[in-house]
Amino acid sequence: MSTLAVEATPTFPEVHYLNADYGWRSWLFTIDHKRIAWLYLFAITGFFAVGGLMATLMRLNLIEPQGLLMEPASYNKLFTAHGLIMIFFFLAPAIPTVMGNFLIPLMIGARDVAFPRLNLLSWYIFMLAGGVFMFSIIRGGVDTGWTFYTPLSTTYANTNVLSAAMGIFISGFSSILTGLNFIVTIHKMRAPGMTWFRLPLFIWAMYATSIIFVLAMPVIAITLALIALERIFHVGIFDPALGGDPILFQHLFWFFGHPEVYILILPSLGVMSELVAAGCRRRIFGYSFVAFSSVAIAAISFMVWGHHMFLTGESVYAGVVFSALSFAVAIPSAVKIFNWTATMHKASVSHDAPMLYAIGFIGLFTIGGLTGLFLASMGTDVHLHDTYFVVAHFHYIMVGGAIMGYLGALHLWWPKMTGRLYPEAWARFAALLVFVGFNLTFGPQFILGYLGMPRRYAVYPAEFQVLNVMSSAGASILAVGYVIPLIYFTWSALKGPVAGPNPWGAKGLEWTTPSPPPTGNFEVTPIVTEEAYAYGPQEAHVG
Amino acid sequence: MWYGFPLKPDQASTISVEWDYLFYFLTGLTVFFSALIFAFVFYFAVKYRRRKKDEIPPQNEGNLPLELGWTIIPAGICVFIFVWASQLFMRSQRPPTAATEIFVVGKQWMWKVQHPEGPREINQLHVPVGEPVKLTMTSEDVIHDFGIPAFRVKKDVVPGMYSTEWFQATKTGEFHLFCDQYCGTGHSHMVGTIVVMSQQDYARWLASQMNTEPMAAAGERLFGQLGCNTCHGAAAKISGPALQGLYGSEVKLQNGKTVTADDAYLREAILGPQGVVGYPALMPTFQGQVNEEEVLQLLAYVKSLGPAAERKTNQ
Amino acid sequence: MAEAHSQVAVAEAHDGAALVAHQFDDFQQQAQADSFGMWIFLATEVLFFGGLFCGYALYRNLYFEAFTAGSHLIKVAYGAFYTVLLICSSLTMALGVRAAQLRNRTSLMVYLALTWIMGAAFVYVKLRYEWYGDYLEGLVPGLNFAPHGESLEIINHFHATLPHVALFFVFYFCMTGLHALHMVVGVGLLTTLMIFTMQGKTTEGNYNWVEIVGLYWHFVDIVWIFLFPLLYLIGGRYL
Repeated sequence: MSTLAVEATPTFPEVHYLNADYGWRSWLFTIDHKRIAWLYLFAITGFFAVGGLMATLMRLNLIEPQGLLMEPASYNKLFTAHGLIMIFFFLAPAIPTVMGNFLIPLMIGARDVAFPRLNLLSWYIFMLAGGVFMFSIIRGGVDTGWTFYTPLSTTYANTNVLSAAMGIFISGFSSILTGLNFIVTIHKMRAPGMTWFRLPLFIWAMYATSIIFVLAMPVIAITLALIALERIFHVGIFDPALGGDPILFQHLFWFFGHPEVYILILPSLGVMSELVAAGCRRRIFGYSFVAFSSVAIAAISFMVWGHHMFLTGESVYAGVVFSALSFAVAIPSAVKIFNWTATMHKASVSHDAPMLYAIGFIGLFTIGGLTGLFLASMGTDVHLHDTYFVVAHFHYIMVGGAIMGYLGALHLWWPKMTGRLYPEAWARFAALLVFVGFNLTFGPQFILGYLGMPRRYAVYPAEFQVLNVMSSAGASILAVGYVIPLIYFTWSALKGPVAGPNPWGAKGLEWTTPSPPPTGNFEVTPIVTEEAYAYGPQEAHVG
Repeated sequence: MWYGFPLKPDQASTISVEWDYLFYFLTGLTVFFSALIFAFVFYFAVKYRRRKKDEIPPQNEGNLPLELGWTIIPAGICVFIFVWASQLFMRSQRPPTAATEIFVVGKQWMWKVQHPEGPREINQLHVPVGEPVKLTMTSEDVIHDFGIPAFRVKKDVVPGMYSTEWFQATKTGEFHLFCDQYCGTGHSHMVGTIVVMSQQDYARWLASQMNTEPMAAAGERLFGQLGCNTCHGAAAKISGPALQGLYGSEVKLQNGKTVTADDAYLREAILGPQGVVGYPALMPTFQGQVNEEEVLQLLAYVKSLGPAAERKTNQ
Repeated sequence: MAEAHSQVAVAEAHDGAALVAHQFDDFQQQAQADSFGMWIFLATEVLFFGGLFCGYALYRNLYFEAFTAGSHLIKVAYGAFYTVLLICSSLTMALGVRAAQLRNRTSLMVYLALTWIMGAAFVYVKLRYEWYGDYLEGLVPGLNFAPHGESLEIINHFHATLPHVALFFVFYFCMTGLHALHMVVGVGLLTTLMIFTMQGKTTEGNYNWVEIVGLYWHFVDIVWIFLFPLLYLIGGRYL
């Protein structure tokens, strides 16, 4: 066992990207990818708070079978807004726009992304989209569910469908431009010697995510535009009363929608590889299998949309094909889990907060993935479809997976972003709270779904109350787990101890620059001569 | 609040037994693999915890047999589940030919049920135990979903088309009926009760209902009221196609295609803007003049005419 | 052709040095990134139009008669005119890229102007004559869909149903409308390019702006090459 050279006293650089320039203009008109990452961080933290508050209100309401707080009409608006905000304004942008923006140029040894001005434009488009969407919420909200199913959304809903759809439509362009920027950056901006198979796995995941951004977002944009047309001009594109086909909408929506859910989880899978590598001081076991599994997930994700429609009267033969392809997407996900677990074998496993999030992630993602099999199986999907089982399943992936990954990423790279450390004990405690609170919130929902409780119900039969109360109790623990990091991160940014360039002793180009890095990232363009995660000499294969 | 705290739903139909086997298998699989992964992760996290701040563990590049193993074994398990689940699905979708047909119309936010014998119900469905029942369903507005957890059946009810669902109840009693597809403000109020009765009780219940005009008879009455018999009647002067023996037969369209005159075909003939696409467009549309329930009655009437009436749609 | 491009790029890498943005090492990297970015954007555009093509294919299959009748109600002559116009404009655009590479400011200006004129003519004829004509004939769903006279005869001839013919026109206006919107954006980009060219910004070795606008222009033309047969030719009336 070899050891690592740890520097004596960490120092804080005098000039870095955060103090290179002052004043609000230097932030709002910045084209530095690291500052744009901060702009996004503030924006999505705001959206997360709003979306989280809505979730809290929903869980409170569900304590009583007849509704504790509100009428069904308000509850419907609440879950619609919760879904749309969390998916389009928090989860989809979270890791790509904050961690991706900050890290991609640093990890590949570039001075910035390929199109810095386009990058800033993406943020403005995102803020415009968020503004339009919040406007629709303030005007009274929208109650179609995040899926905008027709003909409910086109003909029957009398809420603010148009402005909400407009917000989502605009946000799509922000995502497209971000994805485009990342693809070009990863292709064209890599430092000399940084070959594809030397890239950190986070970059592979971001690459796969960007491809989905570019190919899936235009489809939802055009679909929402058609909804708007139908609502404004009363032409029958999707309404059967006017000659249209409501099922066409579902095809178009889920052709976007299923790749979209991989947009939410793929970045976290990339983060996981970094957390595990840094937490174990180990090259990821089976690097190329993990890298290709990201690409495989992205590719297959475009061919499984029909599994959302087993019960719409879709041909059973089409259903069989979609079901088989949905099982196929489980395999690369399983490969990732096995490889991370194998990486921990005989490693030097840290118990710092980032690794705790990684360990939690492996467990929750395993459960989330396996319960996905219930829904990919046509037979079992019949009963579980549109019940709380589905809600629990995708929250295990979205919250247990994507948000754990996002928090883990923040904890790992926070010292790089700010140059300061956070209180480790509090961070571990918060990670534990999130894990416990999460399982208590969503575990009971699996049983509720098995019992048959439909999702999106404002009122429910009394026999489901006990499990709902358990779930709401868990949600309160989860909420505390999310608030604690907000407090200590704020403290750390202002007064935290100096971190130094590489507090974790991790490998990767981003750890070779000062923390916080200078505006141009690297004083000289780095030349890469070794694999990713080259922590030490390779030993012979262990059989 | 602790009253009736169930951990598993009622098992009250033939398919629910088979469904539960598959569900238990998948649950077992999930618990096994989750426990396995958790155990490994926790064991490694404790056994190989970082003991010195600056230690570097031995590196391990990967292992091809292991990689192949944990790709192929899960793939094999997936194929096994896939075959099992798809077979179950196929069976659960194909109603037996001898099924009793009941008609359901979904509407924001209620379920309207018609029995062929005449009785109608709202948010309730009375069915006999031990007999296959086939539901033919459509919606008057948005997409709904007719789900009965105790029977493990569920199907979207889509406007503009007929969807079917079948079950054979094995237990008498009352069970939940839920709308499972979000359908607007009153979605969570679009619930009802499935009442499963013994066959004698069911016959008695049918007889005791107010409305005992069979659907076919109601359809025949509508047929006269709407003036359908001017063209389609036996003694019609303007000759529309005769309806005797039409149901289930093959119809040749102008564009050369041949279609089967099933529920969907007849519905389009009545409600389509100018009848069936590809059929001479002489008949005016009846959209707006008849509601979905009345269309079902007209269908029942057409089915009752002629020799093809015994044939079932699902062939 | 690609060979020639890269040679030009190598030869002129030095000259463009002043125009290389801070994040790039040299002009060649910047030029490659720019055109690669445009290719990715075009991939997005394919999917953007893809949703409409998909809906069109489905409904054409479902309501064959109505869609045939619809094709008879729009004028193939316009479609053919646009097709000729766009193919010619693609040629002048390609020649413009060549002129930029050769740093010939005058001929670049001429080619850009020709392309601009053809693009603008497309938009003008489409709005002023074709769509306005459709409007007069009562063929615009959502505004005044009420086919009459000869249109109605054609519809009846095919035993087509009015709501489904309206559906054809929804797709016709969405697809050609989205395409026309792209043409307007393209004309705007050409205007910008012409201003830059007048200021001498595009003929100093950094022809990549002209090249990426060219890529965009060709893409918009290709979309039309699909729209023309799908809407006008299949089952349409030729005279």
